[in-house]
Amino acid sequence: MFGKLTLDAIFHGPVETGGQLVVVLGVLAVIGLLFYFKRWKWLWKEWITSVDHKKIGIMYIVLSFVMLARGAMDAFMMRAQQAIAVGENAGYLPPDHYAQIFTAHGIIMIFFVAMPFMFGLLNLIVPLQIGSRDVAYPFLNSMSFWLTVVGATLINASLVVGEFAATGWLAYPPLSELQYSPGVGVDYYIWALQIAGIGTLISGINFLVTIIKMRAPGMTLMRMPIFIWTSLGSMMLVIFAFPILTATLGLLALDRTLGMHFFTSDLGGSAMMYVNLIWAWGHPEVYILILPAFGIFSEIVPVFSQKKLFGYTSMVVATLLIVILSFVVWVHHFFTMGAGANVNAFFGIMTMAIAIPTGVKVFNWLFTMFRGRIIFATPMLWFMGFLTTFVLGGMTGVLMAIPGADFQLHNSLFLVAHFHNMIIGGVLFGFFAGFVYWFPKIFGFTLNERLGKYAFWYWIVGFILAFIPLYILGLMGATRRLAQVDPSWQTLFIIAAIGACVIGLGMFFQALQLIVSIKQRKQNIAGDDPWNGRTLEWATSSPPPHYNFATIPHVHGRDVFWAEKQSGASDPVQEGKTRPSGPERALALGRSLEIEVPKNTPMGFIIAGCSFLFGFGIVWHIWWLALVGAAAIVVCIIARSFEKEIEHTIKV
Amino acid sequence: MWLPDIALLNPKGAVGLSELGLMIHAVEFMLIVALPVYFLVFFFAWRYRAGNTKAAYSPNWEHAKVDELIWWAIPFEIVLILGALTWSSTHELDPRAPLEGGAPLVVEVVALDWKWLFIYPEQNIATVNYIAVPVDRPVRFDVTADAPMNSFWIPRLGGQIYAMTGMVNSLNLVANEPGTYEGVSANYSGIGFAKMKFVVKALPQEEFDSWVISVKASSKILTHEEYALLALPSIANEPAHYAEVEQNLYNMIVAQFTERALHSAHE
Repeated sequence: MFGKLTLDAIFHGPVETGGQLVVVLGVLAVIGLLFYFKRWKWLWKEWITSVDHKKIGIMYIVLSFVMLARGAMDAFMMRAQQAIAVGENAGYLPPDHYAQIFTAHGIIMIFFVAMPFMFGLLNLIVPLQIGSRDVAYPFLNSMSFWLTVVGATLINASLVVGEFAATGWLAYPPLSELQYSPGVGVDYYIWALQIAGIGTLISGINFLVTIIKMRAPGMTLMRMPIFIWTSLGSMMLVIFAFPILTATLGLLALDRTLGMHFFTSDLGGSAMMYVNLIWAWGHPEVYILILPAFGIFSEIVPVFSQKKLFGYTSMVVATLLIVILSFVVWVHHFFTMGAGANVNAFFGIMTMAIAIPTGVKVFNWLFTMFRGRIIFATPMLWFMGFLTTFVLGGMTGVLMAIPGADFQLHNSLFLVAHFHNMIIGGVLFGFFAGFVYWFPKIFGFTLNERLGKYAFWYWIVGFILAFIPLYILGLMGATRRLAQVDPSWQTLFIIAAIGACVIGLGMFFQALQLIVSIKQRKQNIAGDDPWNGRTLEWATSSPPPHYNFATIPHVHGRDVFWAEKQSGASDPVQEGKTRPSGPERALALGRSLEIEVPKNTPMGFIIAGCSFLFGFGIVWHIWWLALVGAAAIVVCIIARSFEKEIEHTIKV
Repeated sequence: MWLPDIALLNPKGAVGLSELGLMIHAVEFMLIVALPVYFLVFFFAWRYRAGNTKAAYSPNWEHAKVDELIWWAIPFEIVLILGALTWSSTHELDPRAPLEGGAPLVVEVVALDWKWLFIYPEQNIATVNYIAVPVDRPVRFDVTADAPMNSFWIPRLGGQIYAMTGMVNSLNLVANEPGTYEGVSANYSGIGFAKMKFVVKALPQEEFDSWVISVKASSKILTHEEYALLALPSIANEPAHYAEVEQNLYNMIVAQFTERALHSAHE
């Protein structure tokens, strides 16, 4: 009846019980609050069933922040373990639990922090910046989001019921095969990623079509803001890369559940095939995350330098080059697997070649600052933090792109420091910058600058303290994923642990910033254009109306909104002008407007819910549950396709 | 001392030394771009701060062909140089390329759950978690696994290579200074991974020879049965040695997976 699921799955050691309690109490607290404030109906009508890209964007970012807390807890536990578990001291985590933690940390930070944060920002801003009323497929957008939530839920369910993979975040076979990982951990891993991955792929298609088909009249490709270009590049990568992930994990699932031998040692399977495939997805994934961050900086630097972006065409070319090159570098993740010198050298040189367009981007940002009037608001501080750390990360990256050097640095803490350098200093700082920058647009009030600056400084100092020691430890021969370390390394591990705590303070100030800013929201009304912006999102009201723009703007060039502000007060109600927008637009035009918007639907939420049943069933071999889930998904999709009235008209 | 000497910056063998030289070279070239960038970031940030109204302000300056050409060209040049360096160094430092200095000592390496087995085919001896090598004589490690993927790494001597089932990866190294060095697995392989360490003793030739004789004088023999026991999962094995190795053991370890596949195909 319940497959492999028995009560034993719930009872583990004391540390695990702590984790279980945190998850269960957290869920109970949220449910309690919803009852106490009688918010169930509000949650259902305004959020769960919403297909409005702005609300979906906000929910993505909420998911990302919740999972950031979980991923950070994992990080603190690892730093504590490595600071304590020295020599004969085994620390407080047994090796198997430690392995589950570093696996979960990687998966959560990439798939359930960075990816939702990115899709959150894309949801919030892409339609506004291209002067559109929504994304191309609003219903699919809702479904994608809820599929991502299901992935995250499965991972957290593994904390309470059963165990998580203890294999490292890419679950290399043969370690991830049944022979060495007989438990349900790897199955949780596979199905959490499969379900979230489908959501990601659908989102990729959705935003690609949105950008190609839904731009306001006059916005030619070469008039798109750079954030739109980099999002477009990122979505192209999603569409090409995620099917590889799905196929790879699918094959691994066949090995594990049906006894096949794609990646086993036995019977002709080859782990090397898995390693190649997973990185054929894994390397583009890095650029899926970093490209939108580059785009965010390309929006922020001109606004806060009060100057046009330098070298727009170069930026576009550089972005597209990165898109192409990111598919021909994957072997640099395993130069040590035994490929010949020609192969290794080719992939090494291709990897370095990515430094060319990236370097050009850096110079273009620099020369956007040149002869500007730079305002150091928090988004600009995050940019400065990004640039200074990213150059270091870029250098260590190029260093490891040389196979001869990589033989020594591979799989060491030097590598760990390098990719945290890129993903924290590059991706996360970029998303934080975008979050602070666009927050007033979405919520109508600004975030507290002083607390934001505290948060920035704690982050950057914490980052340096946490990761410079790891670079040094790598050079000392410390490998990654050690549950117990050499006594001579302890000082550096303790410094790194202190650095993690300082980052923790940065996160604390970010939380405080949100709370304080929400409390003071009446005093901090943002206005439509708080930063003296340049692009279309600043032309509509803050927060934007459900339909974004009352009349669709006409675009005559780049930085269209800024150009209009420069050209002075021409007739504000002329058709095609961007302002005023929102309801006052209709007033100014002296006639009422009728706008079609998509209707809310619970179907995305329901389909995702069924996919949870399917995933949970297959993880525990509860076959009837998996079948019920799968059948329900099919039924829901058919039912949805018969719904005729999926839009309704708003009168303004 | 809180910061002991750093393994990769103080290598004890020619391969590690070349790899270090390569890293230093590469960093030098990269600094040609990185240092000006760091300077410009802080200089521009300071010079063009909003408060400094004396600085020039050109809000519409967005394009300059020559300038842009320059910063396409600079990273391109650097990558061209680094690319050439990469091409030649990758061939020179190809782990399977034999080193100068005569015929190598061959050591067959088997990564097991969670220990290392070393077989010396010439001497017909075997060790666990312990290698002795003669100083200045090239050593060829033929690395395989009978366990999840591991990576064979002696940081003081030079780069690593993956240990995988059913195949052999060769890694040529040499120790140029007598001493005791640490060897590790660099690729996560399960709960015993952190303790999957081995000792590397670089000995003068005479001492190496007498070490071989002493191992040969010991009593244990590594038969196929003994190997099957050894291959069972265990953590933090003490170094051990075997006076003799049953014929064909290493080939059996490598070929077992293919043979099983053929066998099942015949059925």
